[in-house]
Amino acid sequence: MLLLTCPYCGVTAEETEFHPGGQAHIERKAGTEHSDAEFEEYLFLRNNPKGVHLERWRHQYGCGKWFNVARDTRTLEVYGSYEIEAKEPPQEIKDRIAQRLAETGLPEKTVN
Amino acid sequence: MKRYSVFAVAKNAMNYHQGWERAWRNPEPKAEYDVVIVGAGGHGLATAYYLAKNHGVTNVAVLEKGWLGGGNTGRNTTIIRSNYLQDESAALYELSRGLFEELSQKLNFNIMFSPRGVLMLAQTEHEKRAWMRTHHATRINGIHTEWVDVARVKQLCPIINDSPEARYPILGALWQPRGGTARHDAVAWGFARAADDMGVDVIQNCAVEGVDVENGKVTGVRTSRGAIKCGKLGVVVAGHTSMLTDMAGFRMPIESVALQALVSEPIKPCLDIVVMANTVHGYMSQSDKGELVIGGGADGFNNYTQRGSFHHVEETVTALVETFPIISRLRMLRQWGGVADMTGDRSPIIGKTPVENMFVNCGWGTGGFKATPGSGHCFAATIARGEPDEIAAPFAMDRFKEGRMIDESVAAAVAH
Ligand SMILES: Cc1cc2nc3c(=O)[nH]c(=O)nc-3n(C[C@H](O)[C@H](O)[C@H](O)COP(=O)(O)OP(=O)(O)OC[C@H]3O[C@@H](n4cnc5c(N)ncnc54)[C@H](O)[C@@H]3O)c2cc1C
Ligand SMILES: [Zn+2]
Repeated sequence: MLLLTCPYCGVTAEETEFHPGGQAHIERKAGTEHSDAEFEEYLFLRNNPKGVHLERWRHQYGCGKWFNVARDTRTLEVYGSYEIEAKEPPQEIKDRIAQRLAETGLPEKTVN
Repeated sequence: MKRYSVFAVAKNAMNYHQGWERAWRNPEPKAEYDVVIVGAGGHGLATAYYLAKNHGVTNVAVLEKGWLGGGNTGRNTTIIRSNYLQDESAALYELSRGLFEELSQKLNFNIMFSPRGVLMLAQTEHEKRAWMRTHHATRINGIHTEWVDVARVKQLCPIINDSPEARYPILGALWQPRGGTARHDAVAWGFARAADDMGVDVIQNCAVEGVDVENGKVTGVRTSRGAIKCGKLGVVVAGHTSMLTDMAGFRMPIESVALQALVSEPIKPCLDIVVMANTVHGYMSQSDKGELVIGGGADGFNNYTQRGSFHHVEETVTALVETFPIISRLRMLRQWGGVADMTGDRSPIIGKTPVENMFVNCGWGTGGFKATPGSGHCFAATIARGEPDEIAAPFAMDRFKEGRMIDESVAAAVAH
């Protein structure tokens, strides 16, 4: 069971209060100027790392807002959550990830 | 390979069963193979078997980072059915179901195929229409299914709650009499033994850590036991597919999530078919040992830990207690998870990749055990010829770019 914190209303709750929304920071390439390959990338291709994953969650049974989470798919450790508008995790979360990886000796993502 | 038979059992009984040979060798990896398969799950082993058997390609290695059958093959709830909505799926899964019928004889290994029948309940008006549609689709595809009413459901499964007062009353069901189950480990073991007998090297504790690509063409792999060159590479690693394609420099339309299952304490026989209740997200069958084998929906987020969240177990069990009231006081003995490789349309990917001579077979997600022999059959043909065969062709990965989905996610809310 994950414990997540909504950066908007500040509530920390179990994952059952939230809804997962997959990989974060995907650039929308769905216009007429975009190729089929770009459209495929936007709709279907995913990083799917075994390691640090930046992903979206929605505070489904709370304030209803979407936000981003940095989490590890190997350990289920949650590194932190941040606002949906951000293009990348804030420095504070990046530092925490770096610190935890140094402590555990894990690479950012594992190859197998 | 010494054949297993009643005479072999009798003969070996004479010397207290000390004389059985190993079921497969434990070879050292060679420097080079014609074909390297990554992943000794059922699909990888079946691929190697059919490469040798149907195409005479025997200079083959199957590389496995753990022990063979230790991935999703050894973790699934073994439901076998072929009543899929889309024509492409029907062809693939029915090929596979048909191969299961005679697999024990072909492999000389008892895989315990048990065509006990699979019953898919309709518990909402919408689901009823969906299953009736599937029933007509499968009939057109020559696959035998039946639409059965509540009275027949109760006859097939006396322990079911058929009360019209239930929150989701049973309105009928889609019945595939020749669906059923098989022993999952035995499928992996049987394919491994038969492939080994034809010269295939099954190499366990050998993790692939890198893929060598030169001028857009695969030349070999780097493993925890050294570099191995290959003419062709087949990647059959289920939830770990994205890592292997990452090594080769391209991305996949796949996300890896946890799918859990559990078994109860063993009880006397009470359920001799497989029952799936997709609206409430639960399904159940009874193993030969008497345990009730239970599964449900996949967890929602990316996860490589082979364990899921407890609330999913709770939801599944709640749904099944409503459907089968007699199980309410059973204790659950074991619970586990596997890493399921989910594609955008919930259908597998079989075929060529952007890297020449590198092929993938993945995306089976929550429902690929039933496809093990069929998948191996058509993937072996694809690797041997370098072009997909008729069954595999629609499952090429470029279908996502071209918008040619094989949409099974609406066809089965819980896909097994
Ligand atoms: C709980 C659960 C229930 C399920 N129930 C059903 C069901 O009822 N019916 C059904 O049809 N399907 C079911 N499935 C799905 C089914 O189990 C899978 O689709 C199928 O077994 C996949 O087989 P595979 O051979 O492709 O993968 P796996 O058996 O997972 O084999 C892949 C192998 O690749 C190895 N590997 C990974 N990375 C590397 C590497 N870098 N180097 C070397 N080896 C590597 C792994 O160790 C693994 O052994 C279920 C799955 C789960 C998890
Ligand atoms: Zn909130």
